[in-house]
Amino acid sequence: METPSPLLRVRNLTQAFGPLLACADISFELHSGEVLGVVGESGSGKTTLLNCLSARLTPTNGIVEYDLRGRGLTDIYALSEPERRLLLRTDWGVVMQNPRDGLRMNVSAGGNVGERLMAVGARHYGAIRREAEDWLAKVELDLGRMDDKPKHFSGGMQQRLQIARNLVTKPRLVFMDEPTGGLDVSVQARLLDLLRGLVRELRLSAIIVTHDLAVARLLADRLMVMKDGKVVETGLTDQVLDDPHHPYTQLLVSSVLQV
Amino acid sequence: MTQEDNESAAAIRVENLTKTFVLHVQGGARLPVFADLSLEVAAGECVALYGPSGSGKSTLLRSLYANYKPGRGHVWVRHAGDSGGGWIDMAGAPPHRVLEVRRRTVGYVSQFLRVIPRVPARDIVAEPLHALGVPLADARARAEALLGRLNIPAAMWDLAPATFSGGEQQRVNIARGFAVDYPVLLLDEPTASLDAGNRAVVVDLIHEAKARGAAVVGIFHDDEVREAVAERVFDLSKERGAA
Repeated sequence: METPSPLLRVRNLTQAFGPLLACADISFELHSGEVLGVVGESGSGKTTLLNCLSARLTPTNGIVEYDLRGRGLTDIYALSEPERRLLLRTDWGVVMQNPRDGLRMNVSAGGNVGERLMAVGARHYGAIRREAEDWLAKVELDLGRMDDKPKHFSGGMQQRLQIARNLVTKPRLVFMDEPTGGLDVSVQARLLDLLRGLVRELRLSAIIVTHDLAVARLLADRLMVMKDGKVVETGLTDQVLDDPHHPYTQLLVSSVLQV
Repeated sequence: MTQEDNESAAAIRVENLTKTFVLHVQGGARLPVFADLSLEVAAGECVALYGPSGSGKSTLLRSLYANYKPGRGHVWVRHAGDSGGGWIDMAGAPPHRVLEVRRRTVGYVSQFLRVIPRVPARDIVAEPLHALGVPLADARARAEALLGRLNIPAAMWDLAPATFSGGEQQRVNIARGFAVDYPVLLLDEPTASLDAGNRAVVVDLIHEAKARGAAVVGIFHDDEVREAVAERVFDLSKERGAA
C-alpha cells in the first residue's frame, strides 16, 4: 500500500459554459476507501465537477480515469455509451440531491431497489425481493411500505430509498450531491448516521458535494474547497476546517454559526 | 549509548517546527506561535507541555496530530503499520498516510468530545478499535471495561452522549482515546473537569500506557497530575522565537 494506484484520477479537468469556467484545471486522486468532500458556496462549480466525474457531463478539457475491474485506470469518456451506462449501474452509485431525479417515482420501493439488481443480472424473483427487503431494513424503511410507490413517501424516506437503490449492487464508488439538502435537521441526523455507518461497513469510496461543513466533517476524510470553479485548498477534513489557510476557506469556516 | 540505541528509543521526534497563523479575515494579521521548535519523546516517557495560556501548548499538540499544519519543520512519528513501518513525517505525509498513522500509531484525546447524533457512548469508545479490525463484540467489551473504570454507569452506555454533563462527556472521550493501545498518545487537558476519583483513574491509565511503552505528550493544568505522570516538562514560553 506504499503508493497504491488510485481508484479515480482526475487531470486538468476544465468545464466551460461559454465564457464561464465552471471548473478550472482541477486535478486530484481518490484512493480506495477514501471519502472526499467537495465544499464551497452555490455557484462554485461543485455540482458541475460531480457531473463531470460521474460520466454524466463530458468535460471541455482534461481526463477522468477510473480503475475499471480487470482493466486498470481507463479514461471514462473513451468508453462506449453502453460501457459507461453499465459502469453507472453497477460499480458506481449516484445519489442525487433531489430523490425525484434518482428514483422511479411510479415504481414500488422494492422495485426501485430490485431494478438495480436486475441490471447486474439477478433473475430470481425471490432472491431479488429478499435482497431488496434486506436493504430497505438497512436504511430503516418500514418493510410494510415495500410495495408502495415513493411518490407517497416523505423526503427523508425517499432519500433513504435512493441510497438503498444505489448501494444494493455494492458499488465501489458513490457520488453524492448534497445528500442531506432540503431535509429537516432531525431527519438529516438520521440519514448522516446511516451514511456514516454504511460507508465504514462497506469500505465505500465516495465523493460528496455539500455546502454544509458539519456534514463534511462527519463524513469526509479529505476536503476540497472550491471557489469560482477553482480548487483553493485541499487537505484532511479536520485540518482544513480547524486550520484553514486560504482566505476563502477562513471566511467559509468563520461564517458558520455556532450552535 | 550508540546512535542506533538512541533511534530505537524515540517514538516521536519534532524538528525545527514553526507555526504562524495568518488571519486573512482580519486584515492578514500574523500570529507567530513558535519557531524552530525541536523535541524528542521516548517510548515509555511522558512529556508535559508547559507555559501560560496562549503560549502554544494546544497548537503544538494539534500540530503533532497533523490537525494543524505547521509552516516549516517536521513531526516524525515511528509508525508500525500494516503497510510496513518506519518514520513518517506527519507534517508532510499525504492525507491517507496521516489517517493510517492516526488509526494505528497516534491517539489524541481532545479537550471536548465531538458528539455524533444517535451514536451511543459504548460505540463511540469501541469505534477506533473496531476500525482496526477488532471484532465488534470484543471492541464493545473493551469499551465497557473502560467506561466502567471511568465511572460511567452502565445505564448510560446505550445513550448518545449529547445530553451528558461536561465531565461525563470528557470521560467518554478519554475512554475512546485509551481504547486502542497507541504507541503515541497526545492528551489535551484530560483531567480538566474531573473530580479527584476520576483524576486518579486517568493517572492510572496514563501509567499503564507508559508501562506498555507508549510515548505520551500532554497538557496538564493540574500540578498534581503533571507531577504524577510526567518525567519531563517542555516549556513553551521559551519557544516563541523569531517566527
